[in-house]
Amino acid sequence: MTDATAPDHSLAEAEALALPANPRQRALSLHREAARVWANDPGFRGQLTAVSHTTLGLRFMATAFVFFAIGGILSMLIRAQLATPQGAFLDTEHYNQIFTMHGSIMMFLFAIPMLEGLGIWLLPKLLGTRDMAFPRLTSLGYWCYLFGGLIMLTALLFGVAPRDGWFMYTPLSGAAHSPGINADVWLLGVTFVEISALAAAVEITVTILRQRAPGMKLTEMPLFAWYMLGTSVMMLAGFPPLIAGSVLLELERAFDWPFFDVARGGDPLLWQHLFWLFGHPEVYIIFLPAAGALSTIIPVMCRTPILGYGAIVAAILGLVFLSFGLWVHHMFTVGIPHMALAFFSAASVLVAVPTAVQIFAWIGTMWKGRPELHLPMYHILGFFLTFVMGGLTGVMLAIVPFNWQAHDTAFVTAHLHYVLIGGFVFPMMAAATYWMPLITGRRRVKGLGEAAFWVIVVGFHGTFFIMHLTGLMGMPRRIDVYPDNPEWIWLNLTSSVFGFVMTIGFAMFALDLVMQATLGKREARDPWRAPTLDWAMPLPSPNYNFASLPGPTQLSRTGSEVTMDLARGAGLLPGAPRGRRELLVTSVGVARPLHVAVLPGNSALPLVLSASIAIFVLLMLGGLYPLAGAALIPVAALIWVWGRGLVLDSDPAPVEIAPGVRLPVHSRARPTLAQSGLHALLVADGALFASLLFGLAFLSVVTPAPAAAPATAATLATGLGMAVLVGALALAAIAAHRAERTIAPGWTLAGSAFNLLALVALAWLAMQLDDPTAHARDALRAVMAGFVGLHALVATGMAFFALDQYRRGEIDAAMPGALPAWQVWQAFTAVTALIAAVVLFVQAGVS
Amino acid sequence: MRALRDLSILGGVLVLSGCAGPLSTLEPAGPIAAQIAWLWWAMLAGAALITLFVLGLLALGFGAPRNVTPTTWTHGLGLWFSLAILTTLLAGGLWVGERILPRDDDAIEVRAEAFQWGWRFVHSGPDGAEVTSDGVLHIPAGVPVDVLITSADVIHSFWVPQMAGKVDAIPGRVNRARILADRAGRYDGLCAEFCGVGHAGMRFVVVAHADWPPTLDEDAP
Repeated sequence: MTDATAPDHSLAEAEALALPANPRQRALSLHREAARVWANDPGFRGQLTAVSHTTLGLRFMATAFVFFAIGGILSMLIRAQLATPQGAFLDTEHYNQIFTMHGSIMMFLFAIPMLEGLGIWLLPKLLGTRDMAFPRLTSLGYWCYLFGGLIMLTALLFGVAPRDGWFMYTPLSGAAHSPGINADVWLLGVTFVEISALAAAVEITVTILRQRAPGMKLTEMPLFAWYMLGTSVMMLAGFPPLIAGSVLLELERAFDWPFFDVARGGDPLLWQHLFWLFGHPEVYIIFLPAAGALSTIIPVMCRTPILGYGAIVAAILGLVFLSFGLWVHHMFTVGIPHMALAFFSAASVLVAVPTAVQIFAWIGTMWKGRPELHLPMYHILGFFLTFVMGGLTGVMLAIVPFNWQAHDTAFVTAHLHYVLIGGFVFPMMAAATYWMPLITGRRRVKGLGEAAFWVIVVGFHGTFFIMHLTGLMGMPRRIDVYPDNPEWIWLNLTSSVFGFVMTIGFAMFALDLVMQATLGKREARDPWRAPTLDWAMPLPSPNYNFASLPGPTQLSRTGSEVTMDLARGAGLLPGAPRGRRELLVTSVGVARPLHVAVLPGNSALPLVLSASIAIFVLLMLGGLYPLAGAALIPVAALIWVWGRGLVLDSDPAPVEIAPGVRLPVHSRARPTLAQSGLHALLVADGALFASLLFGLAFLSVVTPAPAAAPATAATLATGLGMAVLVGALALAAIAAHRAERTIAPGWTLAGSAFNLLALVALAWLAMQLDDPTAHARDALRAVMAGFVGLHALVATGMAFFALDQYRRGEIDAAMPGALPAWQVWQAFTAVTALIAAVVLFVQAGVS
Repeated sequence: MRALRDLSILGGVLVLSGCAGPLSTLEPAGPIAAQIAWLWWAMLAGAALITLFVLGLLALGFGAPRNVTPTTWTHGLGLWFSLAILTTLLAGGLWVGERILPRDDDAIEVRAEAFQWGWRFVHSGPDGAEVTSDGVLHIPAGVPVDVLITSADVIHSFWVPQMAGKVDAIPGRVNRARILADRAGRYDGLCAEFCGVGHAGMRFVVVAHADWPPTLDEDAP
């Protein structure tokens, strides 16, 4: 029951893992036992404390759909304004806010949360486990998303929403040209929301690599997991440049640090590079999960395994790699030399190849099998029709001379809607109609879904097909009136009329889902006769997913007997006899079971922590910066409490997962899920640091004739200060390493002391720094010092946390507590501090 | 037969006039825009054929199961078919791009400064003195002109769709755009990069003169 594409597991392999079947029990009593342990708290309180991936995944998707509706209403306001050449429907100020919010909502509050929700909801079911790796983090991500989104919506209601376009180009979005809090709402709100993206990326990576059912090799896992792995890696590397850019721009707006101010050595193009370094991978971050859904659904609809599993995996890896090499195609008109453009043009064209491989693999699958025209298949056909055209116009836009004409016109608006609605919304509608029985346990009411599909298809193409022509006839993006261009009237009026048709279609689609959830008849198990584990459970899916976890024996078979096997406890780790939430942690490559992770239960901590972050964000928005700084103290305290929650307080004895097979619990094993999660987080952290280095290099080398920097205060003393800082952090890293090996408290004490010394050196250095408002490079130096300081502070906190664990007797030779995590963090801190010091010296020489 | 031919000519005129307009890239007024327009029509034809091909394959997929060779789909169509088309297209794009680039050939230079919300053009006059005009750019017809573009405040973009592609106006940078009008006349230009509440009205006019330097009469807009 792994992916239908993979070769069948031989029984020999199953025996190699030596996991005999557990004795069968009564399915009902097993269900009651597991359901009790994995249940959300009752009532409304349960909604606030839930950490279950099923609850939160669905809530992510439902909330994203609400934001989709809001974004859709905004688009209707835009279309109403453009229906006539001198629309007096909206004034320009509100029009600008509305199109900015339409784009920002659809990208950051609809598409990304929707794909996160799908991954969070589906992955554990597909991989044969009971929850995501970090349930509290799932919940934290949701609340950050909701609060950030509500802040942005509130701003819209009060008429102070962002108004500089969803890519927020400086200097337009700078303090001089965009006074008021509008731009701050975007920068702070989106960054707040992106906490959820990073949280989801970390836990999706760890869940896929460490929680697959025993025997489900990496190379044989369901394709959806490959797609989500690619997505999460791209999120880990792609979101940090956006976060770095947003932090820099907010620092410029709030404290006048001139990163983008030409007069003081900054460069507005730095923002564009950082934004599109995120913005282009973002397109594939949105597309890959949708393609993952297609690769899951198409073979089921065609009653055949998918064609070309290996080629599709290669295509995913190719897309992940290539997508980071094409951001400049959003900047073909900024004055970059033609030969450099040629490179990015070639990369942009090349990215069509892995996409084509997938398209033809899917069509080949249809030839190989016998496609059945169920409702999900309608939306898949809608995807093909729309996305192929969107991809081709994308290739056109990658051709430099044509891009010079089409850039910033309605042609691009048409293209991006073909790609995003074709490549994301249609597959998501296919996914929704495919998985609704698992979500609701109910059967669809026939008729309305098909009608909704046709209305959407007609409405969509009626709106956007002729918009290509509107753009080629010269209509730029983001204008609200066109009194001098009567030749655009019929084009815009047509788009507006069909736009309303499309909206009606989406309303019908939503109504269809509501009808299925409320009026549908009970659906039988596994209605699609699918080969994947997500359907090997009762409908609707219980919170614990599997009463016993699938192992090699179940993976080698398909059909209802597997479902019954798992429900009656013949799989691994049956029920919840110890009254705690347990699942299996396996090895990355061949998914050998390593230890049993005990997950935290329902908790209000994520809600409280994200609320305290929201207070920080609101104080920043209000310009109350000292208070905002003080608001970080409760945030830090809550993170400490969070860490205490990772400490296992129940029986640490090994657990029997199958007759005669005992595995340690996570507190006595390593690497744990938390350590894997830290590694994933450090990938993102490293990308953030690299973004800052990129900024410094860009301002030093690329910016033409930058304003002269004032004489720097680099002296022998500051050099010595830096040496002390780097040296102290290096010694702290060595101490942490020794502490982790020897479990001796002495080394932990020494590490704490070295960290404190480093913080003192840094505080002294900070006072020697040149005024960060004087020049962009001074500002970037201050930011890098801040980066190192923040990491040293966290390292100190982790060392203190370990010291506290010694005091409580939670660390011994078999139980390393926080030491492994601290060791990794401390090493990262030392290395980044060293690089920062070297770079600052080299750069001081250049300037 | 004759009626059919007339009908097809009429249809063609209708389609083309549907694409016409003072800002239309499909009604070029000079060789630079004309080459890009041809590139567009070629790409449109290719894209239409590919779309029909893929949708045809999709339609043929409905039916009885067939024996298929997986590599025909993933390697043959996915890799080689797409690589062949894309390489051709890329080469064509580079060729056109190189041909229309500004080059060192002593073209006439005009400075353009964008601001919120308008355009100021600085020409070198006949006696060497600078001639500044707001919102009107004067060029000779029939010869290439390089516009040196910068911005006084936020990012704007200089675009005369009937003559050439757009080039951004960025504070702190000077970008070069080459434009060329075949015939004397008045052409519309606009700001293509969103630049705040005055963006929609940030238009300008390019006047191409048959004689250069122009006589005062023609100078009057």
